Formats: sequence, C-alpha cells, structure tokens
Amino acid sequence: MTLSTLQAPVERLRTARSGWRRLLGTAGIACCLLPSLFSVASSQAQDNGKQAIVIGYLELQQEQPPLLSNVLPPPEDNGLQGARLGMADNNAGGKFLGLDYQLKEARSYELPDLQAALTQWQADGIQSVLVNAPAATLQALSSQAPDILFFNVGSNSDQLRTESCLTNVLHTLPSRAMLTDALAQWLMKKRLKKWLLISGSREGDQRYADAVRRSAKRFGAKLEAEKEWTFDSDLRRSAQTEVPLFTQTKEYDAVVVADEPGDFGEFILYNTWYPRPVVGTQGLTPTGWHRVIEQWGAAQLQSRFDRQADRWMTDKDYAAWAAMRSIGESVSHNIDYQAAALKSHLLGPKFELAGFKGRKLTYRNWNGQLRQPIALIHPRALVSQSPQEGYLHPTTELDTLGFDQRESQCNLSQ
Amino acid sequence: MKLSSKRFVATKHFTQQENVAQKALRATRRLLLPALLPILLPAAFAGASQSAIAASLAYVSNEKDDTLSIIDLDSLEVVNTIEVGQRPRGITFNEDYTKLYICASDDDTVQVMDVASGQIIANLPSGEDPEQFALHPDGHRLYISNEDSSLVTVVDPQKSIVTAQIDVGVEPEGMGVSPDGKIVVNTSETTSMLHWINTETNELFHNTKVDQRPRHVEFSKDGKQLWASAEIGGTVSVIDVDSKEELHKLRFEIRGVHRDKVQPVGVKLSSDGRYAFVALGPANHVAVVDAKTYEVLDYLLVGRRVWHMAFSPDEKYLLTTNGISGDVSVVDVDKLKVIKSIKVGRYPWGLAIKP
Repeated sequence: MTLSTLQAPVERLRTARSGWRRLLGTAGIACCLLPSLFSVASSQAQDNGKQAIVIGYLELQQEQPPLLSNVLPPPEDNGLQGARLGMADNNAGGKFLGLDYQLKEARSYELPDLQAALTQWQADGIQSVLVNAPAATLQALSSQAPDILFFNVGSNSDQLRTESCLTNVLHTLPSRAMLTDALAQWLMKKRLKKWLLISGSREGDQRYADAVRRSAKRFGAKLEAEKEWTFDSDLRRSAQTEVPLFTQTKEYDAVVVADEPGDFGEFILYNTWYPRPVVGTQGLTPTGWHRVIEQWGAAQLQSRFDRQADRWMTDKDYAAWAAMRSIGESVSHNIDYQAAALKSHLLGPKFELAGFKGRKLTYRNWNGQLRQPIALIHPRALVSQSPQEGYLHPTTELDTLGFDQRESQCNLSQ
Repeated sequence: MKLSSKRFVATKHFTQQENVAQKALRATRRLLLPALLPILLPAAFAGASQSAIAASLAYVSNEKDDTLSIIDLDSLEVVNTIEVGQRPRGITFNEDYTKLYICASDDDTVQVMDVASGQIIANLPSGEDPEQFALHPDGHRLYISNEDSSLVTVVDPQKSIVTAQIDVGVEPEGMGVSPDGKIVVNTSETTSMLHWINTETNELFHNTKVDQRPRHVEFSKDGKQLWASAEIGGTVSVIDVDSKEELHKLRFEIRGVHRDKVQPVGVKLSSDGRYAFVALGPANHVAVVDAKTYEVLDYLLVGRRVWHMAFSPDEKYLLTTNGISGDVSVVDVDKLKVIKSIKVGRYPWGLAIKP
C-alpha cells in the first residue's frame, strides 16, 4: 500500500504546509481530492496542520505494603514511561503521515481524582485511555465512560478475562493464567512434574496460586503439597533455618512460589529442604517483559527505553508501550481514530503488531487479551520463552497460554 | 594450507574463553597479531594470498565474535578470520574492492578495512549504532542506517565527513540504491515504512507503508522494481518504482512451519531476471521465487535463522548467513540445491563478495 491511500483521513483535516508537501510529494495531491468522505468526530485539527491523536493515561498509585524483601523497590513511574515511549515511537512514524500523538497523564492515590480527569477528557472527546490500576478501579473507570476504548496495562486479573467481561477494555498486560501456563509448559518440558506450591496470604498471592493450580491441572502436573506462608520472622536474618523446615514435605521436583509483591519469595531460593528449582513470582519468573530480553530486535527497544527513562523497562511499561503502538499502527493503517472503529480493527483479522517478541502480536477477539509469547527469566538472563515447542493449537500456539475461547464467557467482538 | 588455517581458527576460539587477566595480553596481541602472523605462520599467509589472487572471496561479519570470516569460493572453506570492531553487521566493498566498509555497531563507527593487508585503516563518522548501509555508485556517498537514533547518515568515505543526516522512522535498517543512483530507499522497522530519498537533495520525497518490520530492500537490475521484505508481516512487497504502487505481495507457506515463524529478511534477485531468493529467518529456509510470475518455486532448507545472502560473482552460488547455527549455506543456483554449509563465527550477519 502506498501513502496515497493512507493519507486520506489525515489530509482532510489540514491545509497542507509546504514542508509537508515536500515530504509527502505526490501523495498529498491525491489525498486532497477526497476531503468530504470522512466525518471528523474524534480528531482535532491543530494549528500546525497536523491531526492530533490524543490518548489518556490513568494510574491509581498505590502505597507499597511493608515487605521483607525491599532491597529493590519497583520504579515510581512504572508503566508511565512505557506509554511515553509508545507515544514517541508513534510520533516518529506519525510525522510522515501528518499525525501528532499526544499523551494526557493523570496519576493519583485517589480514585475520585482519576474519575474527575476522565470526566474532563470525555468532554474533550478523547477516544482511548490506558489504565494502570487494579481490576476494581479499571471496572469503575470503564463503566464511567462506555464510549471510550480502554487498555488495561496494570491488572493481571484472570476474572477480567473470563467472567467480568468489560466490553470496552482490551488487555495488553498478560493475565496470571498466561504467566502460569507459560511456566507450567516449561516445567513439563523439563519433566519437573511434581510441585510444592507456597503462597502468601495477600489477595494477589491467592489468585496467583489459583492460576498455578489451574495450570497444573491443564498440563498434567501434580501438586505434592501446598503451604501458605504466614510467618512473621524477618527472613533476611533467618531464612537458612526457617525455610528448610517449612519446605520439608513429600518430595517435589520444583517449588512454585506465589508471592506477587515480593515479600518472602526471594528467601526460598537455595534454602529448600530438597535442592530443587524455585519458580513462579520469584526464581525463574514468567513475565511479559524484562531487561534481559534482547532477541528479535528487542535490544533496540531496550536501549530507547533506557535512554528515555534511565532505568529498566518492566512488564507494565511494555504493556503500555504495546497499547500505544496498537493505536498507532491502526491509525497509520487508515483506521479512523474513533473508539468503536479502533476496537473493531484491533479485534479483527487485519491487525498485527511487531512487538519484539519474535512473532506478530494480535488480540483475542473474545476477551480482548493481547496474544503474546511469555518470557521465562531469571534476573540476569532469558531462560526460555513459552509457548514451548510441541504445545499445539488449531489457531495459534500462542492460545495455549491463558484462557482459550471456550474457557471464557467473554465475547467482545459482538 | 588447510591445516594452518585450522590452527588459526583454533587459536581464535581459545581467546573467547580467556579470563580478564589475559585481556591485556589480548589487546597487545590484537595490535601485534596482523604484523606478527606473516612471521609466525608464513605458509598460511603465502597460501591465503595466493588463493586471494586465484579465487573469489566471501567476507562474512560475525556479529557476536567481532570478527570477519573469509571464505574461498573455489574450495568453499574458511581461509582466514580477522578481528574487527564491536558487533559488525552490514559490510560492503568499494567499487574497486580495495576497501571494505564495516558497520561496527557497538563502536558507533563504520570501519574502513584495507583489503590487501586486512588492517583497519580508518573509522568513519557514521552516527550512532550503524547497522546497515549502501554505497552510492559514485563512491562518495555511504548511506548509513543509525538504528538507535531514527536517522540516515550520509558520509563521504573518502573525505571522512558527514554530508547529511535525514530523519526517518524508528529503527532504520534496510538500505538500497537504485542502479542509476538517483534514489536511495531506507526501511524503518518499527514505523514499517519505506522512505524514498532523492540523492540529489538528500531529502525524502515519498513514504510507503508496508507490512510489519521491513528489513531489507532490493532494486531489480533494471531499476523498475523494488522488493521489500517485512519480517513480522511475513511478506515481500514488489513495488513499482515509478508509481510507488504495490505490484504484488508475496506470501510464503512451508509445511510444518507455523506462518508466524516465516519471517522474510534478505532478498536477492538474479541478474538474468529469472529468480528471486528470499531468506525466511527462523523458518530456516530460502524461498526460490520466479521473479516474473511471482510464483514460489521451492523452499531450500539452510541453517538456522537465515538473514542475509550474496551471489558469487558468476552467480553460480548463493551464500546465506545463518545466525543461530553460526554457519553459511551454499546454494547451487543452477540446481537449486544446498550443497554445503561452512562453519564461521558466532551470529554471522552480513556478506560481501570480492571477485
């Protein structure tokens, strides 16, 4: 496809400046012949002659609970920097199409602040918003603005992908089930079939443990024992004496830890009764993104991010980046920047995104989840990437991770 | 001669596992080695230079070894390994084959190697992270993709000065010069566009959106067509250079390989206009395409993660770089058969042929 066809929805909005004319050459002329074919509901023409594509970013900031392993706190701008990089990447291409991507940011510890920001953006006619928040907050925001397309970049809740189907929300962050399925495939491939599951007592830990149980059943692993970590000793001092006793159960091949905030899990490694690998939220960890990923051109994305944010890119940053790029790729493929059109394109067969994971990324049209390979990492290296070879699926092997169509009640494409 | 060259490779291999203390030694050796080698291994060098006169040579850049492997195209054996700058990727000769330009990506420079001596004689100001480039037929303009900074840098390699920088999309990579030298086309991987550069003004005059992650462009010998691969899109677009319209979009299907893993990168067109060869990355095959009907005729199994290719001067052989298996496959173009694989360094990337 050449630019002449792409250019149409862009050119309608502006008086072509000579600079643009020079860049676009003959393309611009063809475009101006078609000015009246499009309605201008969502986009705003600007003084500089470019079409503004305004995208929102809402984040519910959260106080960190007191953690035993608090040596390396998560970055303060986790997720936000990914959205900013996605905007920069969109603009790098958008400048050749007369598009100007803009990011509106609102972050707060209080939900009402976010709701107020959203109300204002609604009045301004915004079409898509990234949300970095827990599931309940996402639900509240998405029901407040049913005409906006939201991207969930902060919640890995399985419920959002199976039962509480929010029809105006797509998910670029992997679900817990995708993570634990990725892990389970690797463990089975390694013939590590007998697991000890240790979970924390927080809500997220329990949901992660649920996902581990589901994955075990799905791929044929056996949970030899399950234990809940309820101790209150400071493991930084006493792990070597406490953990061996705690993990003295029926023999297992691997220890699966469900400790999302990173409270006790780091201290399980090298301290288990049987010398076995520790996997899950600590040890060998399944994740949507990590600094150690450098294959498939990822080194370039990582270095762009490093330069911008001066820190490592996380899974939430990647989810926000992928959401921004999904919007950017759609608009540059001639899709009107309007929530309904965007949603139907993203869920349709023509959308594809190059996301530095070795294969194209698409959305599941039943629950709006971004299909993606899941990396299995330890803090200094990429160990593997799931789906593992041999796990087959009639549509795409990527659908062996997380909830397949039959396992979800959602049907977003209707 | 064969024995000596093996000894050389073995020595090189040992240095990869050396400890830090040996690094100082290595640095000294790196300086001295080219000078000392003729004394240490006279037989090897005499042999190599003789065969350099007799046979065409293929130069292969090894991205993760910081070396070039040199393959004798008569014997199809590696005859020499040369240490160069960090992360060498794109390589190309000047028109009289006296100099080899090397993108040393992690050194942020394009190195100039004197082909006769194998010595690096200059480092060109290339802009950050040069990955791939194309030399204009006039020999005065090297168009370089700066992958990390969304720029194309134009360098005069003879004066060692930057003559222009051109804004393009995110992660510029593929670069092709039209046979008449009037047009340079650059691909930007993340923006997924072909950027058409007027070589007189060094300004963009057109942008063509293609499928996801365009990696490589190749002009047909008559300059009328441009073939552009899209790695993640899994397609090759054949574009009419005059109208910029897409004439055809090639898709590939290999039995037993998921379509997402068919990722076209390198494209080579035979000069008789008969064939196009497309390297399909992690699908580990090269597609043979009828360049007139666009029909895919065959898929040839090569090494793992095949990216770039080059013809021998007589176009009897097509060589491919296979990054993961660390080798070069040799395709017999008449028979359309893979006849040999040659072990080179780690992650072979670029190829350049010296007649």
